[in-house]
Amino acid sequence: MSLLVFTLIFPLLGAISLSLFPRMADGTARTIGAASVGLSALSTAFVALFWFWSGGFPYITTLWQWISVGDFQVDFGLYLDGLSITMMGVITGVGFLIHLFAAWYMVHDLEGKPGMARFFAYMNLFIVAMLLLVLGDNLLLLYLGWEGVGLCSYLLIGYYYETPANAWAAFKAFLITRIGDVFLAIGLFLLYAVFGTLNIQAILHLAPQVWSEGDTLADIAALMLLLGACGKSAQLPLQTWLADAMAGPTPVSALIHAATMVTAGVYLIARTYGIFLLAPGIHELVGIIGAVTLLIAGFAALAQTDIKRAIAYSTMSQIGYMFLALGVGAWHAAIFHLMIHAFFKSLLFLTAGSVIIACHHEQNIFKMGGLRKKLPFDYWMFVIGGAALSALPLVTAGFYSKDAIIWLSLANGHAVLWLFSIIGAFITSVYTFRLIFIVFHGEQKTEAHAGRGLAHHVPLAVLAVLSTFIGALIGQPLAGVLPSGVVEGHPWIELFFEVVSSLVALGGLAVAMALYLGKRDFITKSVAKGRGAEAWQFFHNALGFDALYDRVFVKPYLAVTRAHRRDWIEAVVNVIPGLASALNTGLTVGQTGRVRTYTMVMFAGAAVLLALLMFG
Amino acid sequence: MTGLPISYGIGLAALLFLMGFAGLVIRRNTLFILMCLEIMMNAAGLAFIVAGAQWQAADGNVMFILIITVAAAEAAIGLGLLLQLQKRFRTIDIDAASEMHG
Repeated sequence: MSLLVFTLIFPLLGAISLSLFPRMADGTARTIGAASVGLSALSTAFVALFWFWSGGFPYITTLWQWISVGDFQVDFGLYLDGLSITMMGVITGVGFLIHLFAAWYMVHDLEGKPGMARFFAYMNLFIVAMLLLVLGDNLLLLYLGWEGVGLCSYLLIGYYYETPANAWAAFKAFLITRIGDVFLAIGLFLLYAVFGTLNIQAILHLAPQVWSEGDTLADIAALMLLLGACGKSAQLPLQTWLADAMAGPTPVSALIHAATMVTAGVYLIARTYGIFLLAPGIHELVGIIGAVTLLIAGFAALAQTDIKRAIAYSTMSQIGYMFLALGVGAWHAAIFHLMIHAFFKSLLFLTAGSVIIACHHEQNIFKMGGLRKKLPFDYWMFVIGGAALSALPLVTAGFYSKDAIIWLSLANGHAVLWLFSIIGAFITSVYTFRLIFIVFHGEQKTEAHAGRGLAHHVPLAVLAVLSTFIGALIGQPLAGVLPSGVVEGHPWIELFFEVVSSLVALGGLAVAMALYLGKRDFITKSVAKGRGAEAWQFFHNALGFDALYDRVFVKPYLAVTRAHRRDWIEAVVNVIPGLASALNTGLTVGQTGRVRTYTMVMFAGAAVLLALLMFG
Repeated sequence: MTGLPISYGIGLAALLFLMGFAGLVIRRNTLFILMCLEIMMNAAGLAFIVAGAQWQAADGNVMFILIITVAAAEAAIGLGLLLQLQKRFRTIDIDAASEMHG
């Protein structure tokens, strides 16, 4: 099982070699970048094979002792169980497909500009950090991976740093996720203070012995973990960064801001589920946050004009479903949806990237239109991904994962959350097909050149297959890791509610067809002016959270800093630089730069010395 | 050795030295500055020779040979600098190379 280490070593070697030789040829950089993750995926496949073969017991390998200060001991230990195997499969498998696609995409996005090696160095480093996050057997190693993915996310959002807006988007993402990270760190301190260890399994084992259900400290610890997860997974109240994060190249959006990093919060809550079981109030809150976020993001996705922002809001919405599933105790369904979502959302993002390149970097959906004939391959890929996203019945993977969540929220007795999720399912269907109809149907508005090559077709095709019911056949070895959360209802009742949610998804499709297929007169007129335009603007700005935070946090903070700009502390502190500056001015007077002046001064000095020697 | 008193020889050396120095600080032409440096060195050499003659010691001659050697090396470096000055500033005015001011 030393193979487990290789999943980390290959991308790490890739990242190191790519950053040591940034001037290497683009082709070499692409090969190293994609191949290292491919080898990592291969190692993961072998690890999974051996793991199943040897009976599927949790496996721990301690590489070395990381920190040892007094009683504080942290190992660099990797913990392998069903949950980490699932996450590793998603990270390296989907990660490899995205790297392969990026090898095609970046050639067209960079158009000969330098930066290929830098891109793949960041991407490989991200894979390493994400694997550490899911493999760490203690919370500190998890935190290392957690910060690592945050750093790579920052670097890749700001990849085109020449445009100030991109740098600001990166800054925003870093800052907002950092708020969550601070809460997570506090949660870690609290857990260490109570249990004296950071080992996750030890904490899960000790927690029920130390805390009774509803213990205040358990509530606080769970709340801190939840807020950390909210920051990383773009959930209310820390959700505003994700849409702006679309400033990065599209494969980055697919890998980091759809498939892997943003689901780290879901992983964290699932990993520490024992603490949430001891804090029922906070556990309930997880579901509520998910439900509210999925609706907010769904409404925002309805009124986007940028193809990537629309998909970004749908990502937020789908992660809301995962949080909802965690909140109602449907642990398996949450992880299942995480995996399926990684498939179809990276498919949607990569296809969007292909469309953007085909339309010469156009991202506004209203300037595309009618691309069905020019880009038939992209069209079908987008339809398959979109169908999975809106969970069309029976043939799509999303149907099996999302309807499990919707049904289990009702079966576990959360009728209100069920209502939220069913409304969300309807909206999902509407905005998904709105996107498809606007981009691919109607009259053609722009020239488009279809992408060519295996690196373009293969990742999309594989992800498309995984987004159909075939992907839903992939089992997850979660038994024994997490409680299943499956409630045995009456089969007829379950069937009835499945039919209901299927009809809702199809209803959304029908509404989208009525509104956006054909002339679109009704919808165009109703959002043109008056109340309709106001509502559109409100949804377009994602229900105004950015403006709200600006008013509540940013403006007062800036006002406080401005008020303290010239206070007495500032005056005292300024004495030191003032002194240094005066000294500098005094000393530079003599430095005229003229050789003749220097000679004269030197001679005068020599004369004085001579006089002292003779008469002194 | 008899004849001229030592103060004459030393006086001449001092005079030459001061002449060289005056040229060094007044002249802006680098070529003349180098020539003035040579004069100053030779003035120092003369002082050694005179002192050596006065006390009948070989040290004065040894020092003079040393000074000649140093002067030759200095001339080589100085002319190299002169060529660089001409190449980079298109002039041999020494004040042109004064970018290192504070």
